[in-house]
Amino acid sequence: MRRLEFILRRLLSSIFVLIGVSIIIFFLARVIPSNAAALYIGPKARPEDIARVSKQLGLDRPLPVQYAIYMRDLLHGDLGTSIGTKRPVLTEIIDRAPATLELLFTGMFLAALIGVPLGVLSARWQGKPLDVAARTISIFGVSMPAFYLGLLLQILFFRNLHWLPLAGRMSTALRFTNPIEPITNFLVLDALLTRNWVALKDTALHLVLPALTLAAYPIGLIARMTRAAMLEVLEQDYIRTARAYGIKDFIITYLYALKNAISPTLTVIGLTVAFALTGTFFVEIIFTWPGLGLFTVRSLLNVDYPAIMGMTLFAATAYVLINSIVDLLQAWVDPRISLK
Amino acid sequence: MTAIPALSVEPEIQSTRTFRHVLSVIVRDPLALASTIVIVLFILIAIFAYQVAPYPQEGIGRTNAPNTMLVPSAGHILGADRLGRDILSRVIMGARPALIVPIGVVVFAVLIGAPLGAIAGYKGGRVDDVIMRITDLFLAFPSLLLAMAITSALGRGLQNAAIALIISWWPWYTRLVRGVTISLRERYFVEAAQAIGVRDSVIILRHILPNTISPILVQATVDFGTVILAMGGLAFLGLGTQPPAPDWGLMVSEGREYILNQWWVSTSAGLAIFIVVLAFNLLGDTLRDIFDPRQYR
Repeated sequence: MRRLEFILRRLLSSIFVLIGVSIIIFFLARVIPSNAAALYIGPKARPEDIARVSKQLGLDRPLPVQYAIYMRDLLHGDLGTSIGTKRPVLTEIIDRAPATLELLFTGMFLAALIGVPLGVLSARWQGKPLDVAARTISIFGVSMPAFYLGLLLQILFFRNLHWLPLAGRMSTALRFTNPIEPITNFLVLDALLTRNWVALKDTALHLVLPALTLAAYPIGLIARMTRAAMLEVLEQDYIRTARAYGIKDFIITYLYALKNAISPTLTVIGLTVAFALTGTFFVEIIFTWPGLGLFTVRSLLNVDYPAIMGMTLFAATAYVLINSIVDLLQAWVDPRISLK
Repeated sequence: MTAIPALSVEPEIQSTRTFRHVLSVIVRDPLALASTIVIVLFILIAIFAYQVAPYPQEGIGRTNAPNTMLVPSAGHILGADRLGRDILSRVIMGARPALIVPIGVVVFAVLIGAPLGAIAGYKGGRVDDVIMRITDLFLAFPSLLLAMAITSALGRGLQNAAIALIISWWPWYTRLVRGVTISLRERYFVEAAQAIGVRDSVIILRHILPNTISPILVQATVDFGTVILAMGGLAFLGLGTQPPAPDWGLMVSEGREYILNQWWVSTSAGLAIFIVVLAFNLLGDTLRDIFDPRQYR
């Protein structure tokens, strides 16, 4: 019962936060730019056009009314029309989301796969060369700008070694010789499902560098957090007792200790997912990855405010949701939290 | 009134002692010492950029066509870019927007965030609720994304990017200082000051805030690195410094088209960001070890 109450309370507070978020975004897009209508038309706007478009967009109405209209449209799934592409913002987001999510999931999977063991090893061999090496990797990871790491990887693996493709999701030639039937629009997954082996290899190779670039920062953060949490757990009495009983070190470290260190690790993984969402913007620019990031950055540069509003709202919603999910997961892993 | 100076002595003694303690630890830790030296060196280079840069005019944007895409050589250690500008000079001049401005951003974020956090934590109740709800709203966005959206709304450019980063970063300090303040509120020196009728504003200013300096310092040191990365990112995307002005993030972006042949154009500026951020992170780690209360358990 207490747990259900905790979940409901958490969801309710998320909704309030999201309403506040929508107000901030509305303020950013409609109030700060001095003439949104002129931006909508472009640099050659004549005064009479501006007046007409202002009326058309409802920019001449009082702000609370504008906000009400915006929220009404929002609840009907209408995020407005992109000035740049002249298509509904929601359509753009739906069309581009799979590319970004494919990148995000792969990157975060890599980050957890590398980061958690790195942190565990680091803690288990505290002060030893292995710890020093792991901490070096993690501090390099959090200090390296993604847009620089991406370039270095391109120089190394494309220019010098010729191992991996430079950019994009798939080789242009293969689009015609071995086209992928869209099922989920996750190219690697679709190629696998349709047993299109040539395309599978190609898309998987295209994914390596972007995913690695995206994973670098999360790897660093996750390894640091896991190390700190493990160090704390490894000091505790029950671990010493387990050692006294002669239980294998491997089992103590990975089963007994990691189980109790997993809660802070989960938090940091959740936080980094949200962080990586912004990271995809840079990765997509560097690797010309046709996802939400490319679209958002283009919108930001062209002050395409319906697109900016839509994307910011989308990203903030995802961020709030991820944080809520992490909180709920934590409460599930560690019941003490929901009892507080 | 005579009692007040006597009371305020406690935090002051504490902070000078802490300062010496920090210095002595840094001097003994080779990694932290090296980081500090790197940071000080970069800041000095940024301040004396006009004196240090071999070609300061090219550094701030003057083109020099005959030197287009010059390979690194004795005269131009890092080569020249597509407009023939000496890259070393560009990196040196670019330290101002890429390094000094982010440091200023963090300082402003602390100046806004810390007092609000102290007020929220000290007053509690309705005041605390209002301040923290607003803080939560700003923290509901990924910071860098919020900064991007604000920059776009205000208009591209270094100054607006800096304002946007301040707006996105202050809430972290409000949250941090509020937490520290709540634990300080119960301490004797605060209760004693309250008992003799010291005004709230004086208690916050003289007794609470000076004692939040250590955690702020740890957070700020790491944040210098994070904000340098964020500022580099904004510049890379074209939202920050506008050409022909120099900026590390912008230089990486400008050199992107030439990475396959003239890789040196974008790698030097990126390396500068990496080294500075690494130095701040290493120093931040050492400071955290000093101030982490858990080590006294």
